[in-house]
Amino acid sequence: MTTVLELREVGRVHGHGTLAVTALRAVSLTVATGELVAVMGPSGSGKSTLLNLAGGLDRATSGEVIVAGTALSVLGPPALAALRRSSVGYVFQELNLVGGLTAAENVALPLELDGVSARKARLAALDALQLVALGASADRFPDELSGGEQQRVAIARALVGPRHLILADEPTGALDSVTGQDIITLLRRRCDDGAAVLLVTHEPRYAAWADRVVFLRDGSVVESASMNPVGEP
Amino acid sequence: MSVRYGLLGLLSRGPAHGYALRAEFEAATGATWPLNIGQVYSTLARLERDGLISTKDETDDAEAGLERRRYHLTVSGLEELRRWFATPVPRDAPPRSELVVKVILALMLPEVDARRVLDVQRAASMRSLQVLTQLRGSASSDMATSLAADAAIFGAEAEIRWLEHCEAKLVQSKRGAS
Repeated sequence: MTTVLELREVGRVHGHGTLAVTALRAVSLTVATGELVAVMGPSGSGKSTLLNLAGGLDRATSGEVIVAGTALSVLGPPALAALRRSSVGYVFQELNLVGGLTAAENVALPLELDGVSARKARLAALDALQLVALGASADRFPDELSGGEQQRVAIARALVGPRHLILADEPTGALDSVTGQDIITLLRRRCDDGAAVLLVTHEPRYAAWADRVVFLRDGSVVESASMNPVGEP
Repeated sequence: MSVRYGLLGLLSRGPAHGYALRAEFEAATGATWPLNIGQVYSTLARLERDGLISTKDETDDAEAGLERRRYHLTVSGLEELRRWFATPVPRDAPPRSELVVKVILALMLPEVDARRVLDVQRAASMRSLQVLTQLRGSASSDMATSLAADAAIFGAEAEIRWLEHCEAKLVQSKRGAS
């Protein structure tokens, strides 16, 4: 197992002085290949802040975020954007896909933005769509797909090319429970095949698929539940 | 109670021996409810005493010395079984009483860190939910096993939700007090 994401004592404070609001304080966690780590906690506990920092969408005010061996704090905006495209995939609750593009074009997009030729990007996109059992729907547009299928396309896009870190923010939020279950088992399977997933969810049932569940409150980790006995990685 | 009606239900399919009944009961509950044979025989004895089943001794020379007692459902037994299916299982028994008492006391006693009690319990309940989820995922999907696992999963999930609810109430009451 290789560590794909590491947070070392990461903190995020918004504002200054008496107006300062602490969103996250000294959070440490790692996600390795093959691991699914879930984050739970009440609204306002810092779950989304944690995910945004992990993906380089926001900057930590203390501590260090390390993605695929690179400390994000040393990167300027262009390098950070390039690292995001090459190493991190996002899946959100909704509005995941570009409506005017087919499923395959949506999945190929991050590769094309990185300068991969259209033909190579399409081949990689078709491979990724196969992995989420949507090979036959490659040329459909998002509005021709069900909510669960759209979410599977988003997962394919998150994993296309060399990327294997997925940051998922309530990916089942807009789905019924059976479809939500499908999405979680799909994420689990991708992990078992070597991806690394950090999943924010408020559903205990979905969090239970994780190797580790981290509970946040007021920006701090208060407890965690692990499938491995204490002391093992 | 459940063992009693479980055995009656199994016997409604036809006469059976004690050992077979035990195996069928365990299979029907997805191996989540192991029975010892003594429990099976004592329950059968009570059912017989109440006239809900009857027995017939069989002689079998080839297996002399082995238990050959077969149990049959009686007409009253069948009526009792039908009544059971027609009546809902009561939910008035206090659920997970030790946990409920512990959390309520933790909230009442100022020297106890109630949040810590909730955190520790939630992590433990989540760990059971993880184990159950993994078991169900790896189990061969026969209906009885997967339904029994689902019941345990929904139970653990409900417990976690209740703990989250307790925490929200705690936060609310602290806000109200300050």
